[in-house]
Amino acid sequence: MSRQIGEVILDLKKVSLSFGGVKALTDISFDVREHEIRAIIGPNGAGKSSMLNVINGVYRPQEGEIILRGQRFARMNPYKAAKAGISRTFQNIALFKGMNVIDNLMTGRNLKIRTNLIQQAFWWGPARREELAHRAKVEEVIDFLEIQHIRKTPVGRLPYGLQKRVDLGRALAMEPSILLLDEPMAGMNVEEKQDMCRFILDVNDQFGTTIVLIEHDMAVVMDISDRVVVLDYGRKIGDGDPDEVRANPEVISAYLGASH
Amino acid sequence: MREMASSQARDTFPRLLLQHAQVRGDKPAMREKDLGIWQSWTWHDVAEEVRAIACGLAEMGFIRGENLAIVGENRPRMYMMMTAVQCLGGVPLPLYQDAVASEMLFVLLDAEVRFVFVEDQEQVDKVLEIQAELPQLEHLLYDDPRGMRHYTLPFIHDIRELMAMGRIHNRNHPDLLASEVAAGAADDVSVMLYTSGTTGSPKGVRLTHHAFISAARGGADFDGLTADEDILSYLPMAWVGDHLFSFAQAMVTGFTINCPESAETVMTDLREIGPTYYFAPPRVFENLLTQVMIRMEDASVVKQKMFHFFMAVARRSGAEILDGQPVSLGDRLLYALGNIFVFGPLKNVLGMSRIRVAYTAGAAIGPDLFRFYRSIGINLKQLYGQTETCAYVCLQPDGQIKFDSVGKPAPGVEVKIADNGEILVKGPMLLKEYYKRPDATAEAIDADGYFMTGDAGLFDEDGHLKIIDRAKDVGKLANGAMYAPNYIENKLKFFQYIKEAVVFGDRREMVCAFINIDIGAVGNWAERRGIAYSGYTDLAAKPEVYGLIQDCIEQVNGELVGEGALADSQIHRFLILHKELDPDDDELTRTRKVRRGFVAEKYAPLIDALYGGRSSQFIETAVKFEDGRQGKVAADLVIGDPRTFAIDRRAA
Repeated sequence: MSRQIGEVILDLKKVSLSFGGVKALTDISFDVREHEIRAIIGPNGAGKSSMLNVINGVYRPQEGEIILRGQRFARMNPYKAAKAGISRTFQNIALFKGMNVIDNLMTGRNLKIRTNLIQQAFWWGPARREELAHRAKVEEVIDFLEIQHIRKTPVGRLPYGLQKRVDLGRALAMEPSILLLDEPMAGMNVEEKQDMCRFILDVNDQFGTTIVLIEHDMAVVMDISDRVVVLDYGRKIGDGDPDEVRANPEVISAYLGASH
Repeated sequence: MREMASSQARDTFPRLLLQHAQVRGDKPAMREKDLGIWQSWTWHDVAEEVRAIACGLAEMGFIRGENLAIVGENRPRMYMMMTAVQCLGGVPLPLYQDAVASEMLFVLLDAEVRFVFVEDQEQVDKVLEIQAELPQLEHLLYDDPRGMRHYTLPFIHDIRELMAMGRIHNRNHPDLLASEVAAGAADDVSVMLYTSGTTGSPKGVRLTHHAFISAARGGADFDGLTADEDILSYLPMAWVGDHLFSFAQAMVTGFTINCPESAETVMTDLREIGPTYYFAPPRVFENLLTQVMIRMEDASVVKQKMFHFFMAVARRSGAEILDGQPVSLGDRLLYALGNIFVFGPLKNVLGMSRIRVAYTAGAAIGPDLFRFYRSIGINLKQLYGQTETCAYVCLQPDGQIKFDSVGKPAPGVEVKIADNGEILVKGPMLLKEYYKRPDATAEAIDADGYFMTGDAGLFDEDGHLKIIDRAKDVGKLANGAMYAPNYIENKLKFFQYIKEAVVFGDRREMVCAFINIDIGAVGNWAERRGIAYSGYTDLAAKPEVYGLIQDCIEQVNGELVGEGALADSQIHRFLILHKELDPDDDELTRTRKVRRGFVAEKYAPLIDALYGGRSSQFIETAVKFEDGRQGKVAADLVIGDPRTFAIDRRAA
């Protein structure tokens, strides 16, 4: 692999998050290095999705801070996160079901559109040129994810596995530098999982995108991640490369031994 | 290059290309959809790229007469590679792109291939998998650079590198290509196609420029094809049909070939291109019709009523109107209305609005299916041919279409029937030889120069050829009655619910059948009846599905009982297989023909159960998944006993 893992790009320091009396995350710190694939694992309710929501500013932690490329964010919000090149997919697919694949992917380009509503309405001059350029980018994503055949199909009519792929496409259309994937393989069969793994590795390899992913399938996580963080009941119980994590007694008990 | 093209006869493919580059240099020769937009190559562009590839190959040490394997989907550069190889006097050898590595191994070894050109990473990986067993392999070229960044092995090259090298080489040796093309002769081998090998290992069929150009020109003249045709090239390049229609005929007439974006987008691409000339095996026409019917069943009542009303008009008079036969004025008016409301839009959806001539071949086509397309005004015809005859033996002339024949001998072809019923053919389109198999060549071509097709057939009173079965498959039942398995299987497969059928009966007292249901059609049927199922195996075992298939079989029995000699071939027992027959499990050939012997051996316990009178049988079968892993499918199969009809011996 020619991919070089670089400096720390995203650093989370002592992050705590609670909803009323429920402590979702307690004092969690970990970092993500440039170009790496970083997995977050843990049993149901461990706080994995909350963690991602903190990173891209959907939830605001009561304590702790996020340092993105050396810049300190006490209060991140989704707009700032997107501006900073963080895009994500969702556990329960967040696409416009009635719109076709192209239009859904075009929404991923929204942040990069410079022309205003009126120019776009007349589709004239700069607006036209701009849309063609965005469309070309979207076509590249379509080609990359091999979804040419469903280009014009409304997303709601697609099987689940393909919807997941389109969701990834929408995130990729943003040309992110950090990609957050929330259970990209949940509910997929073996073949779909293999395809998705290949796409994730290809994204990482070809575009150098840093990837933070949540996943339940341990075999997948151990195969494709560079480093793994393990959460349980909102606490970090392990952090390291897949072999270290696999050997960590706390992780073993959280996953196998203890009666949850 | 220009000056020499006109001075020589147009008797090899490279010379044809040079001539087109000169005569219609700015007309599109090839199109391919890339990033959602159709990209074109003019004949001039093609000639230039072919020149670059050929010079690059020469630079790498490609020598006259050697074979170069081509593996991939239909893409412009794959076709260009063929001509480039031919320019240097080499032989392109297209392989089926969905073949697994071990299947490719035999052919690559047999053909002593030093150069392999593949489409993408997937194919590169396949070649690398068997690389250790291919000592003679020297260069592996690929077209699509995606995912190839980390392949650093020195013998793997991007085709762009080769072409860049070729352009430099061309600057230094500007006369090389012209002299190489001039050195070619019409009876040089132009392509090698491996037969799918229904029996024994595949054989390399060597066909000459002269053979393919004769076949292509004969067919093009027969149907009045011009340089303005558009064709969609989507069938495997290793299949003789694609080579004739997408390569040879395009080269001869100068029409445009269009390559789909991917295998999954063929339907959309077809609609966008709107070909004027179309070729597909029956199964493609069948799939299209099945899709239309499924969608019609879900359409609103008004649309359904309209569809069925006008389809009845079409059945009554559509084919006759197409053939120019007399039809009453009332029906003509109704048909014209139908054309506005149903047939026109339907043809548009199918991507067939502009079709002037469509052909089907490769397997028998159901009469209903055939009639359907003709009745909505698509000039669908049948042809007959083999790999060994450039897919060119018989063609149906316009206006003389019979549903159960394959037409008259094509221009320049002699056809006769041997005493045992076997069809013998002679003409310029015959193979030169089987590669390294003089024994097989001698066996296939008799002393008078006739090629033995291995098919049994007969001429009807109008001189149309009718194919019955493979000559070697025609057998006898235990009571001595004639038994033609393919004939029965085809009758079964004409039902939309039955995808594949294998019948047994040679030297046995009765005929029994294995059935594969069509998951699309039966699945939809089941859904509308609220029958829940989890997958193929589950659906195939439903009693309701058994009932459905049993009805089909009883209809076939009803037809067979009226066909004299074949009345004894009624199907007495059947079962629905628990898995779909699959080329990956060696049950079908790559062209999806059943390997009867192999299936019989693999499922011997099931055959025993059929003939042993049992009512069910447990079976467990190993299956190969697409990624090469192994799995197992097990099921307890029920055996059905359809109704058979009493045979009136006096009539027979």
